[in-house]
Amino acid sequence: MKVSIEINGTTVSEEVEDRTLLVHFVREQAGLTATNIGCDTTSCGACTVLLDGESVKSCTVLAAQADGHAVTTLEGLHGDEGDLHPLQRAFREEHGLQCGFCTPGMIMASVSLLEGNPKPTRQEVRDGLEGNLCRCTGYHNIVNAVMNASGQEVQR
Amino acid sequence: MIPARFTYQRASSVDEALAAVAEHGDDAKLLAGGQSLLPLMKLRFAAPELIVDIGPLDELRYVRLDGDELAVGAMTRHHDLQHDAVLAEHAPVLAQVAASVGDPQIRHRGTIGGSLVHADPAADLPAAVLALDGTLIARGPSGERRIPAAEFFQGPFETPLAPEELLTEIRVPVQDGLGWGFEKFTRRALDWAIVGVVVAGRSVALVNMGGTPLRASAVEAALARGASAAEAASVAAEGTSPADEPHATVEYREHLARVLTERALVSAGVS
Amino acid sequence: MSIVGTRVVRIEDHQLITRGGTYVEDLRVEALTGAVHAMFVRSPVAHARVTVDASAALDAPGVVAVYTAADLDLAPHKAGPVVEPWLADGVVRYVGEPVALVLTEERYQLADAAELVDVDYDPLDVVASIDAALTGETVLFPDQGTNVLQAGDGEFDDAAFAGCEVVLSHTILNQRVAPAPLEVRGAACAWGEDGRLTLWLSTQNAQISRATVAKGLGVEAADVRVVTPDVGGGFGAKIGTDPESVVLGWASKRSGRAIRWVETRSENLVSMTHGRAQQNTVTIGGRRDGTVLAFRLEVVQDAGAYPRTMFLPTLTELMATGVYHFPKVETSNRAVVTNTTPIAAYRGAGRPEATAAIERAMDLFAAEIGMDPAEVRRVNFIRPDEFPYSSPTGATYDTGEYAKALDQVLEAAGYADLRAEQARRREAGDPVALGLGLATYVEITGGDSGGESGKITVNPDGSVTAWTGSSPHGQGLDSTLAMLLSDQLGVPMDRITIRHGDTDEVPRAIGTFGSRSLQLGGSALRQAADQVIEQARALAADRLEASPDDLELSEGVFGVRGAPASGGVTWAQIAEQTDLTADVWFGDGSPTFPFGAHLAVVEVDTLTGKVVLKRIIACDDAGPVVNPLAFQGQRHGGLGQGAAQALLEVMNYDADGNPTTATLADYSFISAPELPDFELVDSETPTTRNLLGVKGIGEAATIGSTPAVHNAVVDALSHLGVRHLDMPTTPLRVWQALTEARKAN
Repeated sequence: MKVSIEINGTTVSEEVEDRTLLVHFVREQAGLTATNIGCDTTSCGACTVLLDGESVKSCTVLAAQADGHAVTTLEGLHGDEGDLHPLQRAFREEHGLQCGFCTPGMIMASVSLLEGNPKPTRQEVRDGLEGNLCRCTGYHNIVNAVMNASGQEVQR
Repeated sequence: MIPARFTYQRASSVDEALAAVAEHGDDAKLLAGGQSLLPLMKLRFAAPELIVDIGPLDELRYVRLDGDELAVGAMTRHHDLQHDAVLAEHAPVLAQVAASVGDPQIRHRGTIGGSLVHADPAADLPAAVLALDGTLIARGPSGERRIPAAEFFQGPFETPLAPEELLTEIRVPVQDGLGWGFEKFTRRALDWAIVGVVVAGRSVALVNMGGTPLRASAVEAALARGASAAEAASVAAEGTSPADEPHATVEYREHLARVLTERALVSAGVS
Repeated sequence: MSIVGTRVVRIEDHQLITRGGTYVEDLRVEALTGAVHAMFVRSPVAHARVTVDASAALDAPGVVAVYTAADLDLAPHKAGPVVEPWLADGVVRYVGEPVALVLTEERYQLADAAELVDVDYDPLDVVASIDAALTGETVLFPDQGTNVLQAGDGEFDDAAFAGCEVVLSHTILNQRVAPAPLEVRGAACAWGEDGRLTLWLSTQNAQISRATVAKGLGVEAADVRVVTPDVGGGFGAKIGTDPESVVLGWASKRSGRAIRWVETRSENLVSMTHGRAQQNTVTIGGRRDGTVLAFRLEVVQDAGAYPRTMFLPTLTELMATGVYHFPKVETSNRAVVTNTTPIAAYRGAGRPEATAAIERAMDLFAAEIGMDPAEVRRVNFIRPDEFPYSSPTGATYDTGEYAKALDQVLEAAGYADLRAEQARRREAGDPVALGLGLATYVEITGGDSGGESGKITVNPDGSVTAWTGSSPHGQGLDSTLAMLLSDQLGVPMDRITIRHGDTDEVPRAIGTFGSRSLQLGGSALRQAADQVIEQARALAADRLEASPDDLELSEGVFGVRGAPASGGVTWAQIAEQTDLTADVWFGDGSPTFPFGAHLAVVEVDTLTGKVVLKRIIACDDAGPVVNPLAFQGQRHGGLGQGAAQALLEVMNYDADGNPTTATLADYSFISAPELPDFELVDSETPTTRNLLGVKGIGEAATIGSTPAVHNAVVDALSHLGVRHLDMPTTPLRVWQALTEARKAN
């Protein structure tokens, strides 16, 4: 079937199998490979993108379901001038990433989290990221990054 | 993992959806938010030939006060329920239970109708609707029918809905002034409940204590006799048949049912 | 002022936070254009005779080839004393064992075709546990005659425990866990027209992988190039490479096609090697004043179905006595095969098991004599004046301040107040019990003593390119090494490029494991930089008409010491005239012994058994710190992973050898809400065993935190009669322990 999705402001239209998952459409058809696949049970959150502004696990959405909708991936967060989104800046400043594999999904989940709760407590950040797994950081600096991006104090 | 091949069809109205599934019967599946169905299809535990996407049916996304009942559209997402002002006022327990489903990403997609129709014994919303004495409204080729929650959950992943029927609405009595409590016991935040308890007024329902959500009838009877929370909770495991699993034995689940029921009753204002 | 020791954000991060890393699945290189996709058909049963019929799959859409053992013409591959088939050859021995390889044109065709590979499994009796293996009722490899494929029997003499006022024994399970890096295993490969195989591989060691693949394929190492793209975590399970890589290289040659392979998570959880899986029996004896007089450790390693890595139990023996000076010590090890996924390194690899055993033993001993666990440890520490300390098991510890680490942690935690709060809750009968758990540890890093390569070239524009044999995959080593070189050469970090992981660029190397990278890879680059400086100094002296001895290097300029007016010579000025390169092998670095103390504070709901980790206070001393940001990050990650083992994680099998935790929905990978903020206490005790004075930090915090959290859970329940419970301390386990204790009382 023909699927058209506005990804990071650009419409991508491609003929794909009906069963195509959104994550594969983003990676293969749109050629945007920041979004990663870390599991097959909707558990890890590495594939998190924004669908119409809300975080979703793109491994558990059909490309067909996103047809006619807007998707934002990590690559769409920063401007052409290279100006970083506050969360991108904060993840670097706070060392909120190590191997980087969970990072695109973690940042997109954090964007959605702060959208709904601009000044979360540390516990709210932890709870809000329950659907995103990280094996490297022990989450401490991820929490710091989200706190930093929300303009709040960080404990290093 | 990739689902087996299927044909995708988008429904732009309830009638269109009904027509599509009527034609294909057992080979067709309605796709709501997809947060239960797609994982099963990816693991190839389910392989429908036709997927009818009812995601676009925004007319089934609502929470409305209708006299002394709340009407909730079947396509209302967990995230919507969690943040709905009408629900917060008239049935806060439902908002609270919705807030505990899955994780934020899943709650952005998953729908109450999808969760109820999936009828996973470990799911929270079926128990909530059961505790609330909800009514499920389904439409099919022969029109609309109303099914009490108590008759809806027939077994693990088993409901009376025919393949060509579509759940459209859930109705629950307003809970104004009634106490409520919800306890969900998990190892990790994102896990399914090992045991859960929903208390709405003097109704008590259990999650994952059998093949379906269960009313804790013995507890309710004790409460009706004026028992304390502790006394009533002590019979919470009566009539249950929980699964024996490596991370939760039958005895442990029965014990948890008692402890959590007491806590939920106390939250609900039973002393 | 030197940037070494200051907090510097990582040079790796810009790409990772804007476009994402380039992991093996992201590669868009020309050689892989038109590559076919690969999937292994894996056994769903633990032990069976197999026959494979691929004919139906061959007719499926897009299928390029289906290969089975019958097609392979590779020399047999030994795992320990037995042969591990490349693809199952007549018998499968664990769930997840590769049986066939399917190649298709499109990714989405793989699973469809794999389903059509018809495999008949004729079940055999299953050995699903260490205990079942030891009975010998079913033997996995009949020609071996036993399931015990390695035995290092110590000489045990109960006389060692003569004179002890207290002797106790306990068997402690160190459960099997899944390394579960967030990026699963993946590879891509293509044979070039020059007859060489290029293998892009998610690995910790391109060079070891090259050797393994070349040997497996029966070609020269020079005929294989391994390239490491970004790697999404390894944790020991990506040391070298697994048999799959050899089969892929073979299949690429046979089919004449480039191949891409990425496993699924559900495959990963059963077919990437697991870690830990030891059953350790401790016997500890001593006096009621807290002095331990004798200690015995009997290690039984579950090796899984094929004994791929046999050093784990011996490393556990080596580190058996931890931070303590015990007069008499006895150890033994055995490794058995079972119908489970093979075991190999996982963050700590042999040392966490040693620390878990001794630290539980110390708490059992403390409880038995009624002494505070902190005090018992203090009585038995190796004293600072005993270093270098030769341990009875054969290790030579370099430096340590064990009591100091413990005291710092107790102070930072407010230990006395916490004990008072615990007593108050017990007095009040609070159903939420407070538990305090200590672990004091020493570990060995760079324990392989194999050295590392380092090469530096100063480019004609004055920028620097450095090649390291280390192979980082999340540790931020590029930044750390660039900081060191910037400091040493006076070249800004953004003018320094660090390269690694391509065997054509770095032919000789060992790679990253065992927390070895900074102490060995860093020392190698230090040595190379020294050599480049000496080359440049001589050339600069000529230009300045001065003696080399009178020159100093300051901010990238060679000038005459004390005579700034005489001008200077820059790196660019020298490098544009002469090739400035040094290529070294740092081979004289011996192992170092980082140490520390951790205190965990838990709350246990005694009604449900649920454990909440409230605090963890950690002192991890690995010598001088180059980048506190990266150093703390390594500790955080270690604390999280170590706590996860104590609290939640276990790879479980039923009696038929079926894994019951084979997806990320079932395997309790820890998430953010289960962990607290970490409290770090700083301490730096240098070593003399390498050029930087540093010790490794990659695994240390994992090693300390597991027994600290484990001890805290037992401590919380001790007043209710619980003396021990095995990890993970899940709600069910805790509730069962409490129920049994109640019955016993």
